Amino acid sequence: MLQFDRFTLDNGLKVIVHEDKSTPMAVVNVMYDVGARDEDPSKTGFAHLFEHLMFGGSINIEDFETPLNMAGGENNAYTSNDVTNYYIQLPAENLETALWLESDRMLSLAFNEKSLDVQRKVVCEEFKEHYINKPYGDVWFRLREMAYKKHPYRWMTIGKELSHVENAALSDVENFFRKHYNPTNAILVIAGNVQTSEVRPLAEKWFGDIPAGEKYDRDVAQEPKQTEARSMEIKANVPLDAIYKCWHMDARLDHGYYVADLISEVLGGGSSSRLYQRLVKEKQLLSNIECYHYGSIDAGLMAIEGKLVKGVKMHEAEKAIEEELDIMKRELISDKELTKIKNKTEAAIAFEDMSVMTRANNLAFYEILGDAALFNTDRDKYFAVTAADVLEYSRRIFDRSNSNTIHYYSEN
Amino acid sequence: MLIRTVPPAIKDPTEFEVNLPPCDKHILRNGVEVYSLNMGTEDTLMVNWTFHAGNSYETRNLVATATSQLLKNGTGRLSAFEVNEHFEYHGASLSRHSNHETADIVLHCLSRHANELLPVVAEIISDSRFPQKELDIFIQNSKQKLQVSLQKCEFVASRLIDAHLFGEGHPYGKYSTPADYDALRQEDLLAFFDEHYRNGRCIIFVAGKLPPGLFELLEKEFGGLSLHAPQPGYISTSHLLNPSPQKKQMLINDPEGVQAAIRIARPFPNRHHPDFKKAMVLNNIYGGFFGSRLMTNIREDKGYTYGIYSYLMNFIQESGWIISTEAGRDVSEATVSEIYKEMEEIREESIDEEELRMTRNYMIGSILGELDGPFQVLSRWKSLVLNDLDVRYFNEVINVIKTITGEELQDLAKKYLVPDEFYELVVI
Repeated sequence: MLQFDRFTLDNGLKVIVHEDKSTPMAVVNVMYDVGARDEDPSKTGFAHLFEHLMFGGSINIEDFETPLNMAGGENNAYTSNDVTNYYIQLPAENLETALWLESDRMLSLAFNEKSLDVQRKVVCEEFKEHYINKPYGDVWFRLREMAYKKHPYRWMTIGKELSHVENAALSDVENFFRKHYNPTNAILVIAGNVQTSEVRPLAEKWFGDIPAGEKYDRDVAQEPKQTEARSMEIKANVPLDAIYKCWHMDARLDHGYYVADLISEVLGGGSSSRLYQRLVKEKQLLSNIECYHYGSIDAGLMAIEGKLVKGVKMHEAEKAIEEELDIMKRELISDKELTKIKNKTEAAIAFEDMSVMTRANNLAFYEILGDAALFNTDRDKYFAVTAADVLEYSRRIFDRSNSNTIHYYSEN
Repeated sequence: MLIRTVPPAIKDPTEFEVNLPPCDKHILRNGVEVYSLNMGTEDTLMVNWTFHAGNSYETRNLVATATSQLLKNGTGRLSAFEVNEHFEYHGASLSRHSNHETADIVLHCLSRHANELLPVVAEIISDSRFPQKELDIFIQNSKQKLQVSLQKCEFVASRLIDAHLFGEGHPYGKYSTPADYDALRQEDLLAFFDEHYRNGRCIIFVAGKLPPGLFELLEKEFGGLSLHAPQPGYISTSHLLNPSPQKKQMLINDPEGVQAAIRIARPFPNRHHPDFKKAMVLNNIYGGFFGSRLMTNIREDKGYTYGIYSYLMNFIQESGWIISTEAGRDVSEATVSEIYKEMEEIREESIDEEELRMTRNYMIGSILGELDGPFQVLSRWKSLVLNDLDVRYFNEVINVIKTITGEELQDLAKKYLVPDEFYELVVI
């Protein structure tokens, strides 16, 4: 049971404190309730580009990095389709340095043209490195567009296309900041070798006078139910044929999410998983296969992907995958499999909880989901899943009319 | 009134005592040493078996890697599926890694499952069989994976720079080809396994919340195997360095490529050389972290790349000092020239006191952060043991970080950051 304290400043900033005296370090984690799903369809990639700009100097502090390094600190950030998260780790004695830095950039950025110009280029290089200059790098752009017709999950966090990033203007940056970066849309978690009684006055000192700002009310178009199978072919300069399939699954807090998570383990978790054992080892149709989902807050996607062994026909590989899904829809998984995936979940949670930084990040995420206390109870929902749930849910999601497929062919 | 323009007072990280938490040592009856660290609050355990079974000991390319990868693919009693299922059923992971000198088997599990899992690791170490069918699948799938990797400029650049620096025949410079995979034979794997695992030189490292009876269990399962301890200072040094005669090379791997993988590297002595610790500090200033000069100039000022780093290679006998980045194709030449320009600046201009202080503080803070948690602390110990060093080395590193002067760093830059001694490789 993870212990934490929680209070709200007058401006609406929610603060969570988690004490862990076994470490000499402190972690300051600020999560903003904004992600790529909150972007304008004609200006995608913006939440992520903005994350880069948060390091380009704030209203009273020209250089973010140097004073933090001086205090012995390190930091980083990430953006997803759902949230944007900033985290700092530093010796606990110097906690105030982190609060000073984070509060100033929540107060206001410096908004300078030079920083925007450089970070546009940096993000374009990131785009190239991860998606353009990489075999199969375009797959998820296509799959998202295929699976989502309405919901903003239809574009990637990095952006729909390079030009959206290239064309970002300083006025967009300022508007985005005003809309999303304020105390009412953020969660501050302070963790590690700290004490709530000491942290509280510091949080009030540095964050208390930041204007509350307007609460952003998310109004995201929900995805209508998919009613027919979708598929496409891609031919590209890649060495091997590959197959990608995905299906709509439930939102993060729905029962189906936990079932889907365990289904992905049965099918693709490790070398004794069904897909690996049957398709890679026994039938040798694919040289690798994975089954995963993205853990999205809104209704997300469950995916299977694999590369075909040279000489294997696309329809053979696809048929073999579908046969495995048919078994999931027809037969209860064994008690042994159910115990296996629950043991794995239990171990994964224990290893995850070893790091203060991960705990801080999880507390912030659960608070965004509605309540940091879910950290302690949400996990029990995995252990409540039954074999009958797995069967019923497999029938629901692995329906042909819920499927999206890419046949990716090597043109070599 | 809150003054936001002035930073809050800090405790200077160099005033912190930085100590490596002590590690216990047990010796099993066959002489195998067990380094252990009982630390942590979660019921988690890591056990790491390190064998002197890296590619320095193979006589045919890829035999060490293939043996390591196929350790989980069947024993006399269990099939590959049964081995995997056993670990996964208990929520555990058993990973294998093969390096140049050593190869590791690493178990991560909940402490309470140690009794069920350690015997199977012992079975793997004493009775792996490398079935031909498993080897065939491994060859086929590894070749496919290699084909995909070879299309990426960063993969090609990373392996070629090692070959340029150490020689294609040297264990540090060798790389794999599809033909090497095809040439793998079961008998070679079995012989390698027999010599370097079953009868091999082994060290065990354990960390986490150690369950009661763990040492008795280790004694029971591993103390009776025909493993033995490496002799002190034992490391094969029969391989000759054979660097490339040509220092600068450019390769078009993908004519359509939009980025260039840049690798610029020079040979550097190993950790026993007195300059190594000092070079760690100089490397940080030059390109070792986000606040470094390379990153500040080439990413944060010019936007040529998503990231650029320099580092000292983590090898035991010989090291290298390397700069690595993926930059836009159209700015790759400019990136290369900025890398050399930064070398020149650090050689020619004295290092600013503030910058040095920031680097010291960052490094101390970073080490403090890394010592947080049993697995990280144990990995520090492991690095000391495998490099034939002890805690004095760790303390010396801390001392060098706290006390090295700007003049010493500049002298070091003049000695090592010399463009003529670097191998330069650009792969598009």
